[in-house]
Amino acid sequence: MALTEQEILAGLGKIINEITGIPAAEVTPEKSFVDDLDIDSLSMVEIAVAAQDEFGVEIPDDQLKNLKTVKDVINFIQS
Amino acid sequence: MRQTQGAPGARVLAFGGYQPANVITNEHLAKTMDTSDEWIRSRVGIVERRVAGPEESEVDLAVQAGGKALAASGLSASDIDLVIVATCTLETQIPNAASRVAHRLGIVAPGAFDVNAACAGFCYALAAAADAIRGGSATHVLVVGSEKLSQWVDWTDRTTAVIFGDGAGAAVVGPSDTPGIGPVVWGSVGEKADAIKVKDRNSFLQQEGQAVFRWATTALHPVARRACERAGVRPEDLAAFVPHQANLRIVEAIARKLGAEKAVIAKDIVLSGNTSAASIPLALSRMIERGEVPSGGLALLLGFGAGLTYAGQVIEIP
Repeated sequence: MALTEQEILAGLGKIINEITGIPAAEVTPEKSFVDDLDIDSLSMVEIAVAAQDEFGVEIPDDQLKNLKTVKDVINFIQS
Repeated sequence: MRQTQGAPGARVLAFGGYQPANVITNEHLAKTMDTSDEWIRSRVGIVERRVAGPEESEVDLAVQAGGKALAASGLSASDIDLVIVATCTLETQIPNAASRVAHRLGIVAPGAFDVNAACAGFCYALAAAADAIRGGSATHVLVVGSEKLSQWVDWTDRTTAVIFGDGAGAAVVGPSDTPGIGPVVWGSVGEKADAIKVKDRNSFLQQEGQAVFRWATTALHPVARRACERAGVRPEDLAAFVPHQANLRIVEAIARKLGAEKAVIAKDIVLSGNTSAASIPLALSRMIERGEVPSGGLALLLGFGAGLTYAGQVIEIP
């Protein structure tokens, strides 16, 4: 069964907290990784790798650069 | 036809390292390109690097490091019968570096060849040296990793210029009754060859940072574990873990996933930058000089870089 947006958001919050130390509660759908959360391109790779382990969806580098917000990642995982 | 058989084992007798005198700080780079000390430290963990001037060649760096290792080994030049130089940044491809390094050090008529496995080159060369000694093709081998990356870097490109440095590291390898250099685990990923490249002889080094970072932080800790397994060593038995100094975040990620709790982790990149094939022997020689690692302890070396290539082995620290 496909995961809900809330389930993916909770998982992403946990992953982002582990990698960057940002509190999971700050990870909300409208946030931009670069502008709002100050996450750099290498941390984005770590997040993509951890998300693959967690959700079983591969996010290749050429797709990763198009994922600007938390919501973009949620949509990518759901699609 | 007869075959030769060499010593039962091989071990590193001594290390030596050398860096050019000129220090380039992050502040200096921030004056010439759009970057900052904070940006460089957070992305790659580098504070400063050394750069050789036009008067100092890649071979000069190799001679300095090789001479130090030879002196520390207690051997003389006449004891060495094979010289291997790992490098990917020679000014020209012909002649090779190893013959010139040998001649400059007074080593007469040794076998002499270069290895290009980029940042993994030192581990490849060390494996070749150990096998040559055990196979009876050599008795004492000088193995050098030497790089003058500064001449292949675009000093206006902030994605590469902040990362690399020049330097050399060397090891003298000799015969041993007991194993002092463990079995190598090596391999390559040719389908990702474009990730780190110099396009042609008039171009500079280019790197797909994210792709390399992803590969390095996901594919290499299993290689590190296999190198331990093949040597019959547990990660928790390691006194030192000396991965290629590519990027501090890569070093820390691999170390974390390897789980070598008691090992001193090499973080020489902070003050040396990424020196490709030189980084492992340079880092380890400095750790030995500072007394951070015990003689007789076990160190896991892990090289990885352009190719993509990788190689790792456990060694006994001299």
